[in-house]
Amino acid sequence: MIQINELHKSYKMGSSSLHVLKGINLSVEDGELVAIMGSSGSGKSTLLNIIGMLDILDTGTYELDKVLIEDLDETKAAKYRNRFLGFIFQSFNLINYKTALENVSLPLYYQGVNRKERQEKALKYLSSVGLADWATHLPSELSGGQKQRVAIARALASEPKLLLADEPTGALDTQTSYEVMDIIQKINQEGKTILVVTHEEDIAQMCKRIVRLKDGVIIEDVKVNQVLAEQYV
Amino acid sequence: MFSQDRWQEIFETIRKNKLRTFLSGFTVALGILIFIILFGFGNGLKNTFKEFFLDDATNTLYLFAGRTSKPYKGFKANRRIEFKNDDLKDIKENFPFFLEYITPRISRGASVRYKNEFDNYTTRGIAPDHQYAEKTIMMSGRYINELDIKNKSKHAVIGRLVARDLFKQEDPLGKFIDVGNSVFKVVGVFQDDGGDNEERFIYIPYTTRQSLEKGNDKLDQIIVAFRPELGHTGAVSFERQLRTFLKEKKSIDPTDPSGVFIRNVADQLKQNQQFANVLQLIVTFVGLGTLIAGIIGISNIMVFVVKERTKELGIRKALGATPKSVIQMILQESIFITTISGYVGMGVGILILNNIGESLEDYFIKNPYIDIETALFSTLILVIFGGIAGYIPAKRAASIKPIVALRDE
Repeated sequence: MIQINELHKSYKMGSSSLHVLKGINLSVEDGELVAIMGSSGSGKSTLLNIIGMLDILDTGTYELDKVLIEDLDETKAAKYRNRFLGFIFQSFNLINYKTALENVSLPLYYQGVNRKERQEKALKYLSSVGLADWATHLPSELSGGQKQRVAIARALASEPKLLLADEPTGALDTQTSYEVMDIIQKINQEGKTILVVTHEEDIAQMCKRIVRLKDGVIIEDVKVNQVLAEQYV
Repeated sequence: MFSQDRWQEIFETIRKNKLRTFLSGFTVALGILIFIILFGFGNGLKNTFKEFFLDDATNTLYLFAGRTSKPYKGFKANRRIEFKNDDLKDIKENFPFFLEYITPRISRGASVRYKNEFDNYTTRGIAPDHQYAEKTIMMSGRYINELDIKNKSKHAVIGRLVARDLFKQEDPLGKFIDVGNSVFKVVGVFQDDGGDNEERFIYIPYTTRQSLEKGNDKLDQIIVAFRPELGHTGAVSFERQLRTFLKEKKSIDPTDPSGVFIRNVADQLKQNQQFANVLQLIVTFVGLGTLIAGIIGISNIMVFVVKERTKELGIRKALGATPKSVIQMILQESIFITTISGYVGMGVGILILNNIGESLEDYFIKNPYIDIETALFSTLILVIFGGIAGYIPAKRAASIKPIVALRDE
């Protein structure tokens, strides 16, 4: 699914430049659930942003689903994002004036799906995260956990090949975090490839593989015995 | 541009962001409203001005007699000069080349009565050509004619407002009115573009007026019209010759500035037209200023709107919105709002102007109006600049990387 070779990325900070990623090699197979761990400043979010085409790499190669991602302008990136990727953010990033259902159907709008089909699909995914009854509610009327579930439904709605979650439980309490992880695990069991950036050890243990970053390099890459979140829910 | 889906998305955004929509719409509507009203007021000012100064015939000289200020040929200074009937004849005979027509004018106030209605009006003893000098328009009946002058007949032509006040619904033609204790027959009713005061005059033959005043032959004022083809230079030369001729005839020192006065309407017209041009310039300037202020207002609102939506745009981009679709969305929305509210503002402005009508006449604003082309054009300008003002921040927002936009709180 993902093939990354010798990836470098640095940020210009005035006159000096900050070397964030120093030669990352990573390959992820279909159906994997990978946790990317590291302290803040380790480069884990930058890596996720590059994989998510929200940011561009300096040198190295990046293949997604056997497509080499290069010469990325904004229009091209937008199309790739729409076709390949679903995002889950720490701060949910729902559009606050749209209802849960409208938020979920938004990626479908950009795929050019017609209105009726959009709403049917959006409702289906909203049901799959257990929020069908909340379809007409605005984000401000939902709890944190519910918002994240709407965000997950939205990420799934475009039927992406890869789901990217940037600290999906960062803004949630432990109990809600486990509920969200339970949903993520179930999606993974249905065959979706998922990358989760986190700095919480218990969340990482709920994935199938942990990649640890420190100072821009991978220091550990291990398969783990997945802890099922279901038992805590 | 015309995809139904995109319109639906835009309507949804508009519906759910009522305050924002209202603010930007209000700015545009207010901008165009103020422009329309100020421009209309400017035109109203011009109307008043035209009415004051540009109503009468412009190829005329007004002759007045006054007191001399210098002794001459044995006469003392401060002698009173008066025009007489033979002055009319002499001017006619001596200036056939310049002259188009000539008419005297003797103004007298009088109490006028019809049945139980009465009021004070100004009567003017005149000759038939006076009609051209004042551009009097007959509504019914006829004007004073040569026969009236010859017979010194007691015929009167009354203004529209005299007829309205004295006769109410009655037809004044053929009726008799009492003018300062002599009875006149109404032979005509006139109107005049020069405003209400011009329509409160009563015209009678000047010979009749003279016979009422013990058969004298004195004239208040002489109005001389020159041939329009003489142009301004010809008029000035005519005026000079006429002045010399009259001073000679009345034995006034040629260097005396008093005695005979000539007011050249052409001269005045030139000044007035210059003044009118300045007025037009001010109106245009004020209009442009308001329009620019409106454009700046819209630009501010657009920058604010886009800034407020930065995060939303970032989310949309992360979900697959291309920069082009982001720009299109913002532009289409802003043009939609500015067009609707712009034309609403325009409509309200025109409505207000129409309702003002003559109610601001005391402030020298008469019938303020804006021609529909100017109104439509300025609204269009505002919409276009609203679009441009929206495009620049929209383009910038669309080119921000989604992660940067998402970080924006």
